[in-house]
Amino acid sequence: MTVNMGPQHPSTHGVLRLVLELSGEVVVSADSTIGFLHTGIEKTAEQKKWQQVIPLVERMDYLGAQSNSLAFSLSVERLLGVEAQMPERVRNIRILIAELQRIASHLVWLGTHALEVGAVSVMMYCFRERELLMNVNEMLAGFRMFPSYIRIGGLREDLPPGFHDAVNAFLARFPSKLNEYEDLLTKNQIWIKRTSGVGALSREDTIAYGLVGPLARAAGVPYDVRKAFPYLGYDTYTFDVPTGINGDVYDRYLVRIEEMRQSLRIAEQAIARITPRGQFDIQDYRIVPPPKDKVYTEMEALIQHFLVYSQGFTVPAGEAYIPVEGPRGEHGFYIVSDGSNRPWRIKARPPGFYACQALPKMIEGGLIADVIAVIGSTDVVMGDVDR
Amino acid sequence: MSFWVGDWTLITSRERLIELARRLRDDRDTAFDFCSDVTAVDWLARAERFDVVYCLYSTRHRHRVRLKVRAADGVSVPSVTALWPAANWLEREVFDLFGVRFDGHPDLRRILMPDEWQGHPQRKDYPLEGPGELLMENPLDWLKLRNEIE
Repeated sequence: MTVNMGPQHPSTHGVLRLVLELSGEVVVSADSTIGFLHTGIEKTAEQKKWQQVIPLVERMDYLGAQSNSLAFSLSVERLLGVEAQMPERVRNIRILIAELQRIASHLVWLGTHALEVGAVSVMMYCFRERELLMNVNEMLAGFRMFPSYIRIGGLREDLPPGFHDAVNAFLARFPSKLNEYEDLLTKNQIWIKRTSGVGALSREDTIAYGLVGPLARAAGVPYDVRKAFPYLGYDTYTFDVPTGINGDVYDRYLVRIEEMRQSLRIAEQAIARITPRGQFDIQDYRIVPPPKDKVYTEMEALIQHFLVYSQGFTVPAGEAYIPVEGPRGEHGFYIVSDGSNRPWRIKARPPGFYACQALPKMIEGGLIADVIAVIGSTDVVMGDVDR
Repeated sequence: MSFWVGDWTLITSRERLIELARRLRDDRDTAFDFCSDVTAVDWLARAERFDVVYCLYSTRHRHRVRLKVRAADGVSVPSVTALWPAANWLEREVFDLFGVRFDGHPDLRRILMPDEWQGHPQRKDYPLEGPGELLMENPLDWLKLRNEIE
């Protein structure tokens, strides 16, 4: 029997379509189809100035929005050659934001994944803590999902008053809540029976299919961009990279839970290094707009302000790819510049794209009821896959 | 071979691509076992207008390289799907968005755009805003169509 699952299925995380060939309850073959959410962001970006691309790329991976803008900014800053001018404070703030973003993204994953497998109440717990992180975003930039706070050349503005209190309150509260989720799931017999041994991928297969992030680490590939190619000074932070053994849905769950603990460790170190007020961009006014009080009083600053907003800035011709460790794994933008004020080409490397490609490999031979658990464990965001 | 802002890039010909790719994957010193990305860049003014770019990574040595092949419009490039299974969908995406064909690809269909779509959206000569802009390039056609509608 052939079953068409999706694109409107509630647990396909957006619009993923699977055509399953069944024999009884066993999936004989599967074919995944993507593209229903294709919005041509890469094409649109070629018509925008460099700085205008930031809000666009944040809408790709909408659960880990700020890892998009971080990856894009890092690549552009490499081409501009301004990495060395970046203040230490900005790097630490970026790391803090990236780690909080990872926790927020993993909370959505945990909530929806558990909901789909049948543990409905976990979602309520997860979204309760995620709300606090959304509030932090709102505080930073006025936006909750897509703050566009990380800009090329630094940050949009300085930290708001009360930022440290809000983050510290979250960091103090979260460890006990994390234990609460684990109490609900980790030793839950139903949870283990639904997830253990399901959708397993071997170490070789994850490498062959280009899988990264928690999917690869659950299979024992200890690849983490933060350790392999440290960016923003991650090498000065103490944290571990958790890996699994079996590469199944349960191991992916354990890896992500542990990742949240490690993110918490990094966030605690980062918030201690950040001063409430200070420099928040490279102060090179060809790239970042000058402060508003100078714009109103100085001719030079007014001209620079006008130029940054009307013509943007030019980026030297060349190409760069600086990956970051996003919530779903290695995530980066391959950017090509022809020396003008607009990108010639940007290409995202969406981790979910590879997961969708490997999905048939994970579900073939398994039961149809497990398909949902496997899709949930891959944590694909279709906005990211289809771009 | 070139080095630019921290990344190595190899430029090769279409004929030597498979041989070189296999060597990069299997040689002990390179061991590029992970195909991180396959994409293309359209340089409209150039005779061989497309750069097909392969981003490779080695999980053993933790190094990266970019491999580039040039192709003119309508010229196909050999597929590396047999070497790296991950390249399957990536090459489909390049075919879909740029119209570069891959020889020996097991399943070369469109992936992001609908199957019946005309044209390849990421090409630089593909308009951003639907047929309105296409017609504006030839104002006589546009006037004729407007008169018919009125």
